[in-house]
Amino acid sequence: MRIATEIPARADAAAARVDSPWRQFASEFAESKLAVAGLALLVAIILAALAAPLISPQNPYDLAQLDVMDSKLAPGEQSMSGKTYWLGTDDQGRDMLSGIFYGLRISLAVGTSSTVIALAIGLVLGLAAAYFGGWVDALIMRIADIQLSFPAILLALVLLAVLGQGVDKIVIALVTVQWAYYARTVRSSAIVERQKEYVEAARVLALSRPRIVFRHLLPNCLPPLIVVATVQVAHAILLESTLSFLGLGLPITKPSLGLLISNGFQYLLSGTYWISFYPGLALLLSILSINLVADQLRDILNPRLRK
Amino acid sequence: MLAFTIRRLGQSVFVLVVMAFLVFLGVYAIGDPVELLVNPQADALERARATAALGLDRPFFEQFATFLAGAFRGDLGRSFVYNVPAIQLILEKLPATLELAMAATVIGIVLGIPLGLIAGLRPNSVLGRGIMAGSILGFSLPTFWVGLVLIMLFSVKLGWLPPNGRGDTVLLLGVPVSFLTADGLAHLAMPAFNLALFKLSLLIRMTRAGTREAILQDYVKFARAKGLSSRRVIGVHVLKNILIPIVTVIGLELGSVIAFAVVTESIFAWPGTGKLLIDSINQLDRPVIVAYLLVIVTIFIAINFVVDIVYSLLDPRVRLGQAAGAH
Repeated sequence: MRIATEIPARADAAAARVDSPWRQFASEFAESKLAVAGLALLVAIILAALAAPLISPQNPYDLAQLDVMDSKLAPGEQSMSGKTYWLGTDDQGRDMLSGIFYGLRISLAVGTSSTVIALAIGLVLGLAAAYFGGWVDALIMRIADIQLSFPAILLALVLLAVLGQGVDKIVIALVTVQWAYYARTVRSSAIVERQKEYVEAARVLALSRPRIVFRHLLPNCLPPLIVVATVQVAHAILLESTLSFLGLGLPITKPSLGLLISNGFQYLLSGTYWISFYPGLALLLSILSINLVADQLRDILNPRLRK
Repeated sequence: MLAFTIRRLGQSVFVLVVMAFLVFLGVYAIGDPVELLVNPQADALERARATAALGLDRPFFEQFATFLAGAFRGDLGRSFVYNVPAIQLILEKLPATLELAMAATVIGIVLGIPLGLIAGLRPNSVLGRGIMAGSILGFSLPTFWVGLVLIMLFSVKLGWLPPNGRGDTVLLLGVPVSFLTADGLAHLAMPAFNLALFKLSLLIRMTRAGTREAILQDYVKFARAKGLSSRRVIGVHVLKNILIPIVTVIGLELGSVIAFAVVTESIFAWPGTGKLLIDSINQLDRPVIVAYLLVIVTIFIAINFVVDIVYSLLDPRVRLGQAAGAH
């Protein structure tokens, strides 16, 4: 009886091994419970950000819905009209929970869009450097080297001081500080891949240069890039919130989590902690979940750790 | 070695000049300082006089040339707002920033290396896993928010530590420092820990990774086979070998600690250069912004230089490699 149950189990395992790469990828990812928890949290946060107008108790930026009488209520307190504010209200009587949902939208949108743009720019420049070599390579990599020797926060700070506030400006600043990471990563893996036989085979087939670069070289350079991009999304979100906190990032009309925290800072010493605390917690959970996912991705996609 | 040093020095000077140009070009584009400095009721004549007094009516390249000539003499212009030499303003605030950065680095080293060693020697123990989980958390924590939570906890709720300022200072070799007075130390504790948090996580991870690789090496097995005590194997054989990348990172990160102090100083109202930079950006005090950036860039280039030298001292292979290359 025991043997009978064991054999199909083995057969299943064998079947799993020849499964599609995606399945295999998913099962490897699921090996770490912490990473799965991180992914679940991340999905929940993204859904909350996308559905903010639907799930928020109030529209925090519709002044008609705000009541100054409700300002600075502690978490769990009820308003005059009997509404309960689970995370309290800010100085203008705005529900913090709703503010956080809307803030997440802005923070995630700025973080992801700047990452995608930086990725695209870095990808093209990195591939160009690897493929053309010579002075193109030297020029691009020199700029990247010099730029990477200065901390991102300082560069972004100076750029924003020059450009001023605004969504487009912070995206420009984040793209400027990020592209070099991608360019470097793509270049180093493209240089390794370029010498492999499949590229030679593609050349022998007399395929066009763009086709070799984008259809053959690029897909094989993607794994390390995915890891870098995941980590960089977290960095971008953190950097944006830090800059907004310092008053150099987004304007008050775009209240990201960093701005919410900054707004609460002035009331902190009088003991009104929740205006800063909960948006920060939301920020922490977003970044933590991305980092947990990134950590596991790095382990799966690292060929040196492959079994 | 000498040729290498000279080439490296030339490279550094080139980077410095390029950065000076970029910084000047960028900062030149920021708003119009006259708007902020002159009484709004002032007439056009008065505004023109103020513009001329600040040298803002000159063509851009003339301003840059004047600036560059001054910079070589150590004169980076006068602050528009305080009307004192910008470099003097920076140098007055620099000790506070350096003290904060050093304190944060010391906290990072003193806590990070031992914790990383434990996590590396016992990767599967509860303690080892706990330390690693803590380091992921440390990477994910928004530094500025942690600062607020620290203030909330230790200043507002418990009332143990002061939330802002530098406290009493005493002169050490003519430089005011906080860490030698009880009051200063109380003021230093929170900002230094706040700034150290990221560094701490980084050092834990690096030490752990290095240790895990090192304990599998033959020389460690050999040292154990010789019958050396565990303490000596880890303290001398393992630690010495993993220290090379760690020293590099500590050195290179010193620059980023100074840069990140901008955030910490703003939260804890620490009177250093970072707070000065934010204030200057808000007041469009161009000479101070330019002076700050040039001082920081110079510090960075100097740090990179020193790290290269320390690296070659710690790792004989680097020196031997260069000697072999010279033949």
